[in-house]
Amino acid sequence: MDQFKQMINCKNVHKFYRLTHRYLLVFVGFFVFSLNVYADEVQISSSHIQTLAASCAACHGSQGNSVGGTSVLAGLDASHLVLQMMSFRNGSRSSTVMHRHAKGLTVEEINALAVYFSEQKRVSALIPPSQLLEQ
Amino acid sequence: MAIDRRDFLKIAATTALISFPMISKAITQSKGRIVVIGGGYAGATAAKYLRSWSNGSLDVIMVEPRTQFVSCPLSNLVLGGTKNINELTFGYDMLKSNHGIQWVSDEVVAIDTSDRVVKMKRGELAYDRLIIAPGIDFMYEQLPVLQSEEAQLAVPHAWKAGVQTVNLRKQLESMKDGGVFVISIPKAPYRCPPGPYERVSQVAFYLKNHKPNSKIIVLDANAEIISKKGLFTKVWAEMYAGMIDYRPNSSVVDVDVVAKTVKTEFESVRADVLNVIPPQRAGKIAQIAGVANVDKRWCEVDFLTYESKIIPNVHLIGDSVSAALPKSAHMATSQARVCANAIVALMSNQLPDSAPVFANTCYSYVSDKMAMHVANVYRYDPNKKIMVSAEGGGVSEKPSELEGNYAQAWAKNIWSDVLT
Repeated sequence: MDQFKQMINCKNVHKFYRLTHRYLLVFVGFFVFSLNVYADEVQISSSHIQTLAASCAACHGSQGNSVGGTSVLAGLDASHLVLQMMSFRNGSRSSTVMHRHAKGLTVEEINALAVYFSEQKRVSALIPPSQLLEQ
Repeated sequence: MAIDRRDFLKIAATTALISFPMISKAITQSKGRIVVIGGGYAGATAAKYLRSWSNGSLDVIMVEPRTQFVSCPLSNLVLGGTKNINELTFGYDMLKSNHGIQWVSDEVVAIDTSDRVVKMKRGELAYDRLIIAPGIDFMYEQLPVLQSEEAQLAVPHAWKAGVQTVNLRKQLESMKDGGVFVISIPKAPYRCPPGPYERVSQVAFYLKNHKPNSKIIVLDANAEIISKKGLFTKVWAEMYAGMIDYRPNSSVVDVDVVAKTVKTEFESVRADVLNVIPPQRAGKIAQIAGVANVDKRWCEVDFLTYESKIIPNVHLIGDSVSAALPKSAHMATSQARVCANAIVALMSNQLPDSAPVFANTCYSYVSDKMAMHVANVYRYDPNKKIMVSAEGGGVSEKPSELEGNYAQAWAKNIWSDVLT
């Protein structure tokens, strides 16, 4: 979580504030506050997040390395992923299905998932070759 | 370049470093043997993640007599005519070799759960923990006439993707314009809640384009459409108007295979192409192991570990589990990972995750290109000791081509994750 605190406090986020609309600014500001509170009080185990993150693989590939058609999450900047998830959550970014997942996760889980995916190596996803069905 | 412990071990294994006793111990000493029975979505995922999350310290042996994995998800598109079954058929080579999973191509005949031994036709395997991912079995005692291979040639279920899917497609291709397709849906719970209604939509899509005078009669043993009801109802009324005759509370009690006629409690219905999906229970291996303790159909598990509530060291994952969770492929993989994570912890004498969370997304195609979702996050409720749906779950507002594209991406990504 230290790493995440550092990231949240870093210049990138402040730079991003200047580029976003006012309501997002307020929203992210609230989020940073709540995250700092959280970071001191709650620990989410790495195996818990690893397992939850793997649940995203059905659409986003192993460790977030999508084969295509959905976003690659591996190596994605954590603050960017948090912002997208929170935007799905509050409806400021429209989606077909992601708002359902974003609303179902806690803010703490979203933060931890974002850190997890940012730490994954970006690699080419493997595609199993299809075969002729044996009759 | 930073080298982490795992890379170091990999490098060590390929160099003279392996001769150092401490390192070779770290590489070779197994923390235990996990036997996985069944290489479907659940079992294949469990095997892979057990190897991966234990950093190779658990021996994983898969017992699976079949040499091919055929995806049930997307198989209704074979009936609609937009997918070929070969596009949904895969081998296990990448899964085996990429993760060091030992593979036994044999059939399980008995399981001694007190001595922890799996007995197969050609040998035995001892285990520390056993994962059974048996999928579903059909309750033919309710429709004994459909038990034989000959009967299923005439009246396929096509509810396990493969040759029966191809057979049903061929029957639809041979049906005359103006023919009647009859599908029987069993009472829930069964594999893939929206699946039968997706199938109706796919057959309707095919018939509308190729045999527009044909009809579909849906005999649903349930009181209403049990998944995505509003969406399917609207799609059938708007896209396939006049084609689909939906009859709720219609349990099939008998089948005349030769005359292609089904009897419900109320009526006899004759078909040109007949698709009876029989009632279901946990797969045969769960029955053999004696873990199907709920109505003698489904398996009660601890949702932190997926260990059977009645037999220790035996874990159940996927469609066989008794739960208020949809019996879907995504759900099967999510359960498999929670189970794998818990076993990795237990085999190191640690406590499993006390509050697992996972997601489920299921797409249904209503035409060649358009799909719609049902999606939920589920989290463990420590008071109820079950997985409960979190806030925000639900279904699409309407089917769309965009979601059709996402459904294809879902399939490609889940195949990549499960099979490589």
